[in-house]
Amino acid sequence: METTVETAEKLGLRPDEFEMIKQILGRTPNFTELSAYSVMWSEHCSYKNSIKWLKTLPREGAKLLVKAGEENAGLADIGDGWGVVFKIESHNHPSAIEPFQGAATGVGGIHRDIFTMGARPIAALNSLRFGKLTEEKTQHLMNGIVHGIGHYGNCFGVPTVGGEIYFEDCYHTNPLVNAMSVGVVKAGQTVSATAEGKGNPVFIVGSATGKDGMGGAAFASADITESSVEDLPAVQVGDPFQEKKLLEACLELIPKGALVGMQDMGAAGIICSTAETSAKGGVGMRIDLDKVPMRQANMKAWELLLSESQERMLMIVKKGREKEVLEVFEKWDLPCSQIGEVTDGGMLQFYMHGALEAEVPAESLVLGGGAPVYEREYREPKYFAEIKKFDPASIPVPEDLKAVAEKIITIPNIASKRWIYTQYDSMVGTGNTSTNAPSDAQIVKVKGTKKGLAVTVDCNSRYVFADPFVGCMIAVSEAARNIVVSGGVPLGVTNCLNFGNPYDPEVYYQFVYAIKGMGEACKKFDTPVTGGNVSFYNQHPGGAVYPTPTIGMVGLLEDIDAKMTLDFKQAGDAIYLLGEVNDDINSSEYIHKLHEVEYSPVPHFDLEEEYRLQQTVSKLIGSKVIASAHDLSEGGLFVTLCESGFNNDLGFDAATSAKVRPDAFWFGESQSRVAVSVSADNITAFERIVKESGVPFMKVGEVTDSEMIVDGAVWGDIGDWKEKYDTAIEKYMQREEQYI
Amino acid sequence: MKFGVVVFPGSNCDADMINALSKDLGYEVIELWHKDKDLGMFSTEDCIVLPGGFSYGDYLRCGAIARFSPMMQSVISFAGKGGKVLGVCNGFQILCEAGLLPGVLLRNENMKFICRNIFLKGDDGIVSKIPVAHGEGRFYADNATLDELENNGQVIYRYCDENGNITPEANPNGSLRNIAGISNAAGNVFGMMPHPERACNERLGNTDGKKIFHDLFVARKTELV
Repeated sequence: METTVETAEKLGLRPDEFEMIKQILGRTPNFTELSAYSVMWSEHCSYKNSIKWLKTLPREGAKLLVKAGEENAGLADIGDGWGVVFKIESHNHPSAIEPFQGAATGVGGIHRDIFTMGARPIAALNSLRFGKLTEEKTQHLMNGIVHGIGHYGNCFGVPTVGGEIYFEDCYHTNPLVNAMSVGVVKAGQTVSATAEGKGNPVFIVGSATGKDGMGGAAFASADITESSVEDLPAVQVGDPFQEKKLLEACLELIPKGALVGMQDMGAAGIICSTAETSAKGGVGMRIDLDKVPMRQANMKAWELLLSESQERMLMIVKKGREKEVLEVFEKWDLPCSQIGEVTDGGMLQFYMHGALEAEVPAESLVLGGGAPVYEREYREPKYFAEIKKFDPASIPVPEDLKAVAEKIITIPNIASKRWIYTQYDSMVGTGNTSTNAPSDAQIVKVKGTKKGLAVTVDCNSRYVFADPFVGCMIAVSEAARNIVVSGGVPLGVTNCLNFGNPYDPEVYYQFVYAIKGMGEACKKFDTPVTGGNVSFYNQHPGGAVYPTPTIGMVGLLEDIDAKMTLDFKQAGDAIYLLGEVNDDINSSEYIHKLHEVEYSPVPHFDLEEEYRLQQTVSKLIGSKVIASAHDLSEGGLFVTLCESGFNNDLGFDAATSAKVRPDAFWFGESQSRVAVSVSADNITAFERIVKESGVPFMKVGEVTDSEMIVDGAVWGDIGDWKEKYDTAIEKYMQREEQYI
Repeated sequence: MKFGVVVFPGSNCDADMINALSKDLGYEVIELWHKDKDLGMFSTEDCIVLPGGFSYGDYLRCGAIARFSPMMQSVISFAGKGGKVLGVCNGFQILCEAGLLPGVLLRNENMKFICRNIFLKGDDGIVSKIPVAHGEGRFYADNATLDELENNGQVIYRYCDENGNITPEANPNGSLRNIAGISNAAGNVFGMMPHPERACNERLGNTDGKKIFHDLFVARKTELV
């Protein structure tokens, strides 16, 4: 079929891109070839509008075993012959249209990225964003997305150990579903996503290929509109049982040494995996598409190339070792077919019943090769003027602090997320130590060693909205803080960059400054960015979502028994606040949810202050002088103290002595602060270490049996507050209460 | 006494069970593949364990396909000869589907998967904190069967609160009479929804699972003698 610029535009390509393709090929592409370029050059696969800025991030470190973007996920050395593999990825657009399958396949996809490198996934996390919880649409999306994540992860058998969930109006049409997977691998057992060696056979393994998920990558590269529901066939359907078998088969095969390379099939299926592996190895491939096991009859060449059917892998096998591969897949009852072989010359040739259907240079399709790179213009968003206008004096100092606290504790962004996480199997694998001993980051055992991994995902997107540069530094800092406060040393970052339409200069400004902030903070904490994904077009006719650069971070505990927990241990222990107390209510849940202030500056933050705080907390944990440590985040000091008390039903008697407004003291979200509890016999040593560090600190009170006393007033029993905190989201889901 | 742990293609608690039995409890454990049939290395003093997971995907009823696997035919005859068999979670579902235990496990009352710590009371009165993780764990049988189970002492575990009170609030999934685990009439086949293998290690902050294994394989044996 002859193609024209109109065909190209229908497929989502721009006229100048159509010209580029003609120049590369030296002729007009046929429809199959044009389809291949359209998905490979989509935002989702090519990063064409983001790569320029992504390259400015720190991407190398002493412990990184592969450079960012080189493989399917980041790989860091954790010593004793072990490595950790981790990555986060979005599945926002599919989840907006079909929440259950959209979220489920997001989980499946990210785990595949981990085991395609030879690692066994041991922990999953997710970051979810929804609109207002009282909205029927939000409840529908949350039900489906949580069910989908649980369905896939629970069956696949990897524990969902942590995550974060926010409810903000801007996510009403565009929910965000970011899934992260963390795996471990023994040195020498990793597999590269590369093709080499002329004549080596190429196999497709796993599920048969159908017409599902057709053009999903292109779909994820457009705004969501009313007609998006017509894109339903672009959403894939997941089969976790098939993926579980695929995992076990792959991990059984790898040690045999029969593989040259392996690449999972996610976005853009066969075309993407063949192009990326070939381009990486500087080779080409001859593929007979009719040999691909098919789920339905009469599939066309372009459909086979673009299909995003789940649970499939491309394997490049050493010639003569085919039998070993076939035997393993036979054992696991999985389809496994040779579909072609590696060629030299760098051309991808796709045949159908002997006829050449498409012939394109592999290099020309991929990021870093022929895919276009754009510089987008950006300008400061107009709403910044609104932010500058905010005057904290416009918020009256509350007369009844307790009444405010009671509301704060039930704000969905703050309240317990147990309605969500109890639907996930968080304990399978018997490695999650956080179930019975909670800490700010989740601590997972590396079996066969004494080590533990600390894992977390963090991003307060309202801070990023208020100031993309500082807000993103805060997101990185919070992730690092969570790991440090749990006794770990941060190793590296994977990021999921959720933004609106990059062609909107104000959205692109948010993107550019968030990346700058991220780079700055990652350098400070020595946590290189190992990879991740960019999700633009989280936008609907009403506007974009808050800029949401979700930070997934992994840290290491050399000795897992040295982990620090967040819960108070015994009545009588002193409670200290580390970090500066500021007269700051900016961008807090308190003013945003209770006073409906949409525009206010980012909370106080200073990178040096943050770094010093983390170093000090690390020292305190190493010196074994603190009994618990919990950082301050949404809801401020009051919520932190409550959360520290809940696990063991211990209360606190705390009072403010700082010269700041009481609402700022209790509910302000000024950054770089940690609340710790210290037993009487450790107080001298504790105070000495903190004084030496120069970090400001103050004693705020002590742990009680169960009574809560705030500024001298009795606020009741911690158990009653826990009940409110635990049941708030459940009650919203049952529509028993009105949203605040 | 040694253990055999059956691995179905969709089992995902097999490694946890093998770990707990061998490393935390010190038993000899042999891994068994679902396509095999040979149980020749086991005597009736030994125990075959069906671990948790999603045996064959469980897109039909949980365990409905697993009961037809080659290994299950051997397990059924092993149980018939008086050999010990334990099914945990999906393993319990398979034992019910295979007819080795009465009753069925239905979708949880709230229609959602549930994973959290619950409390369990044994027929010896001991209370243990053990995790559950299932979407279909609501034990159901007709009243005559339930009465018979109770009269024969076949109800071995019930959901309770921290203090051992068997209350509706302590029941996570709507199981009839708070039933969490049962045995067959002969006392050699056991099924339970909670996961004792997830509570056998100090670093997980819960070793109550050891009490369950002790109860099933040490205390109960002495009683029978």
